[in-house]
Amino acid sequence: MAINMRYVVDGSDFTTAGEASTAVKMKLKKLGIAPDIVRRVAIAMYEAEINMVIHAGGGVAEVELESDKIIIKLIDHGKGIADVDLAMREGYSTAPDAVRNLGFGAGMGLPNIKKYSDEMHIDTEVGKGTTVTIIINLQ
Amino acid sequence: MIQFIKSGDTLEKNLCGVKQMKIGEICRILDAKVLCGQELMDTEVSSACGSDMMSDVLAFVKNHAILLTGLLNPQTVRTAMMMDMKCIIFVRGKTPDESMVSLAQDNGIVMMTTDFRMYTACGLLYNAGLYTSGSDKV
Repeated sequence: MAINMRYVVDGSDFTTAGEASTAVKMKLKKLGIAPDIVRRVAIAMYEAEINMVIHAGGGVAEVELESDKIIIKLIDHGKGIADVDLAMREGYSTAPDAVRNLGFGAGMGLPNIKKYSDEMHIDTEVGKGTTVTIIINLQ
Repeated sequence: MIQFIKSGDTLEKNLCGVKQMKIGEICRILDAKVLCGQELMDTEVSSACGSDMMSDVLAFVKNHAILLTGLLNPQTVRTAMMMDMKCIIFVRGKTPDESMVSLAQDNGIVMMTTDFRMYTACGLLYNAGLYTSGSDKV
C-alpha cells in the first residue's frame, strides 16, 4: 500500500526552507527505510525545496512511498525555467546575491538532485511554473 | 608535528586508513566553546568538511563527518541534518543565535565555536589525523 505525504512550502521565509524535507526524512526513518536511501531522498528533496523557495515563491511537495520506490514531486507556479539544459549545468545559477550569502545559489542544486536520484524529470513552462519529479528506488 | 612518509609509500597510499576521532578531542584541538551537545563528546567521527557553501556540502560530504563553516543561518543546521552530520563548528569566533542552537540541540548535533580561521582550523584537525580515507579528489 502506498503512503502519501503532502506539504505546503512557504516561499516567503528562506529561514524555514527545508522543513518539508526534514519532516519527510524523519517519517521515512521511522518507517524503517535504509539510512542511505533516506539520506538521498532528504538531500535531493531539500535542494528542490530550496530552489522552490528561491525561484518560485514556494509551492507544494508531494511524496509517495511505493513498495519499490519513492516518488517526490515539487510543484510550483513560479516563473518556470527558460533553458533546462543550461540550468542543469554545474555552476550555472540565476539566484540573487542575497541567496548566495545564505550558502546557496552556487548552481549546484539541480545537478545535486540528479546525482542523488535514480530518475529526475523537469516539467516546466515559462510563466506557468515547474514540476520537478525525483524518483529514488528502494533497492 | 611532522609526519614522515615511509619510502615506497605514495602520498595517496599514505592518506589511506581512517582514524576515528572523538568530538571532545576535536573540541580540545580547536580550543572551541561548546554551545550544545556537551553530552555527545564521545561520539566518533571520521571525516570533516570545511565550506561556507551548503550546496557543495550537500554534493561532496561523506559519512560520519563534521562541518566547519563561517555561515551563520538556519540552513547550516538543516544541511547538517540532511547529511546526518554529528557536529557543526563555527570558525572565526562566529556565534549563532539561540534558534540555531536549539535546532541543533533538538536534532542531536553538537555545535561549537572556535576563534581559529577556517584554514587553520581545518589544518589543525588534518594534522591531528582527521582525514578522509583514500583519495579525497572529487
